[in-house]
This record gives sequence, C-alpha cells and structure tokens, in this order.
Amino acid sequence: MSSIEERVQKIIVEQLGVKPEDVKSEASFVEDLGADSLDTVELVMALEEEFETEIPDEEAEKISTVQAAVDYIKAHS
Amino acid sequence: MLTPLGADVNSTWEGILAGRSGIRPIEHFDTEAFATKFAGLVPEFALEEYLSPKEARKMDLFVQYGMVAAIQAIRDSGLEMDKENGERIGAAIGSGIGGLTNIEENHQKLLESGPRKLSPFFVPSTIINMIAGNLAILFGLKGPNFATVTACTTGTHNIGFAAQQIQLGAADVMIAGGAEKGSTPLGMGGFAAARALSTRNDDPQAASRPWDRDRDGFVLSDGAGALVLEEYERAKARGARIYGELIGFGVSDDAYHMTAPSEDGAGAALSMGNAFRDAGVDPAEVGYVNAHATSTKVGDLIEIHAVKKIFGDHAHKLAMSSTKSMVGHLLGAAGAVEAIFTLLAMRDSVAPPTINLDNPDEGCDLDLVANQAQARTIDMALSNSFGFGGTNGSLLFRKV
Repeated sequence: MSSIEERVQKIIVEQLGVKPEDVKSEASFVEDLGADSLDTVELVMALEEEFETEIPDEEAEKISTVQAAVDYIKAHS
Repeated sequence: MLTPLGADVNSTWEGILAGRSGIRPIEHFDTEAFATKFAGLVPEFALEEYLSPKEARKMDLFVQYGMVAAIQAIRDSGLEMDKENGERIGAAIGSGIGGLTNIEENHQKLLESGPRKLSPFFVPSTIINMIAGNLAILFGLKGPNFATVTACTTGTHNIGFAAQQIQLGAADVMIAGGAEKGSTPLGMGGFAAARALSTRNDDPQAASRPWDRDRDGFVLSDGAGALVLEEYERAKARGARIYGELIGFGVSDDAYHMTAPSEDGAGAALSMGNAFRDAGVDPAEVGYVNAHATSTKVGDLIEIHAVKKIFGDHAHKLAMSSTKSMVGHLLGAAGAVEAIFTLLAMRDSVAPPTINLDNPDEGCDLDLVANQAQARTIDMALSNSFGFGGTNGSLLFRKV
C-alpha cells in the first residue's frame, strides 16, 4: 500500500499534467504547478474519490499546496 | 481534417478518389438495442502531436477534433501569428450538437453520485464555441471569435460568415470550419428515433448511397474540417499556397418543417441563387457541385430539383457528387470537409465519385459521378449544405 504522500502525488501528477519530481511538499498548485481555479476544484474531487472522503468547500479552499492536501487527508482519515 | 477515411487531408482525399467507404460497425458502446449499429468513426491518430494530455483532458472529443483540424490547417497555411497580428486573426468553428460524450458521462455521474461529482470542466468542455475559444488561447487570436450553430449547415455557415468578417474589415484572417462527435448512444439513438439513419446493418459500407433507389437514410459520422481564410492581397503578398477563392456565399431557410426539406427544393435553390448573386457570376461557369445529398429519400431529390432550377440546361453538363457516400454525414462538420473536397476537386481537376450509386432513383438524371472519380477541368465549384431547421448554405469557389 502506498503512503498518503505517494497517493496524493500520483493524483496531482495525473490531474495537473506535471512531473512527479515537481510535486514537492511546499509546491503551490496555482503558483508552482500551473493550475487554474477549475483545475484545483477537479483536484479536490479526485482527492475525495481516492480517499473516499468529502471535503467541504470552505476546507477545499484552504488546500492550496501539496503539504496542505496531505495534512488534510491525514487529519480526516 | 479528420474523417472516417483518415486523420488528415491527404489520406482522406486519397480514399475519396479511390472511392473507398470509411463506414464501419460501432465498437465503443454496446449497440444491441440500437436500430443502427454502424457509423463513420475517426481512425486512431496521435493526438499528442496537436494537444498536450492536460489540454486534451479538458475538451470533449468534438472539441479535440475541431482543434486538430484547425491546427492542421494553420500548419499547412504557413501563417505566422504573433502579438502584432493576433488582433486581426479570428476563428469561427461550430458544431451541430456539441459535447455529447461529456454530457452523457456527467449526467450519469449526476444520477449516480449527485451534483457534487460533476466535473468543473463539464460546461467548458462541452459548449460549442470552445473550439474557437481554445484556438484563440493556443495561438493568441484576438479577432472575431464565434461558432455558428446551424445543424448540418454549421460548417458551411461558419466558413461563409467568417469570410464576411474579412469582407467587413473586422479581420484579415479567419480560421473557419466545423466539428462533430455524434456517434454516442444519445446521438445514435436520437437520430434513429427521428428515423433519419440507414439501418443497413448487414452491409455498413453500402449504407450511404445518395440518389440510389435503395437508399434508406443517412450514415452518421464523426470528424472535423477547418480552412484558413485570408484576405486575398495579404495571402498573395506572403506567397501563401492558395487552394481557391471564395467568391460567393448564399444562405436561406425553407420555413417549412423542423426536419424535412420543402419538397419543391425552393429553399435550396434560394441558397444557391444567393451565392451566385453574391459572386455576380453566371451559374454556367460551374463545373462541379459537391451536393448535400445525405442518402435520404426526400432530401436527395429536392437538391436535384433545386440544381435544375438554378442551372437550367447547364445542370446536365456539370458534375455533381455526394462525398457523403464515402465519409458519411459529418453533421456540423460536413460543410467544412466538403468545402475542402470541393477545393481539392478544382486543384486536381477531378470530380470525386458518388459510390454505391448502382441504380439511380427516378428523376436522378444528372451526371452524379457514379462510383468512379472523373477527370474534369473545374474552374468554379459549389458546395451545398442543408440542415434541420430548414437552414441552407452554399459556398461558391473559383480557381486562382
């Protein structure tokens, strides 16, 4: 079983079309990984599906970096 | 150009001149319950030569098809686009139906998992003006940007209205055409419900047979076509390869029925007549007509009536064929790919054939180029499109 970090990285690579090595924990989806507002909505949906959870919109807005995504999943799984 | 005969202009044109059919059984969904189990499908091609996977993922298939055709046309044109001239370049590319594939997928998600599971790209991936929109983003086209939506006349109308933007002085160059991906369960089921499709499931390649007495409906096809329209002096000055001059554009409406054409062909005749009036030329100069003829009982005949009315005696001297006999009916892309066929017919001095025309129906007594391409000097040629809603369009081209 892959770690949460690895699973999050894989989803980001797929959703944003970026290289795995660019998905550093401090990377910002919009500023570093070229995502726009629609990309981030879709990314959160993909995370919800992978981790079988529901992320409320007000929480989703705070998930703007790789680390924030990992932290949220860890805290809610 | 993407058609059931090939993923570019050359392979498609080769198939057309050889009289090949691009129609085949549908395998991408279970057709068990469907009256028609075949269509014209675009062969596999390398999408990554045109779009990155990230870009493509946000586009319904019809948008991808339209983008590929437009990118091919732009590459072929040798047009250079930069910040300086971008404001004078526009795009007009439509579709008859739009993003059925993603509409069906998202509706399924809505029913199964609720509205929170709808993709944020659902709307921008399926709406019809997104080929023109995405093209503008990719190439920095800041001029007129729109998508005319007129059913099966879409491709023709986009080319005509785009050319008018150049005539009006609103742009120097327009990328124009149409795209369609209608071979989905909803598309196939919907057209079958309207009793518009051939059900010749035992012999799909013989199903599209315009003017033949055994025709039983059209064959739905996917694909896209795009042209680069450029103001003549500008094109000449940069030494562009010019396939032909668009000298006339005519439109009209039947004002008769939602799906059936007016039986006297008056609407079709008005459209052709308007194209000749626009160009100010004598119809007797036309050597080839690329007909709308889709292989339906009524539609094929009305066009014959209309051509006789417009051309008089000359109707019996010109060549008229339906390339839909080979590629099927590309709906909103039909007019665009057929405009390209019309230009290539002039370039290569050849009238493409109407295949499967074994027994011409009563009244189909023109030279319909049955089953074999015909060598023929063509200095002027006309391409017709007629669509649901009674909407008609005719493009008149001249050799340069």
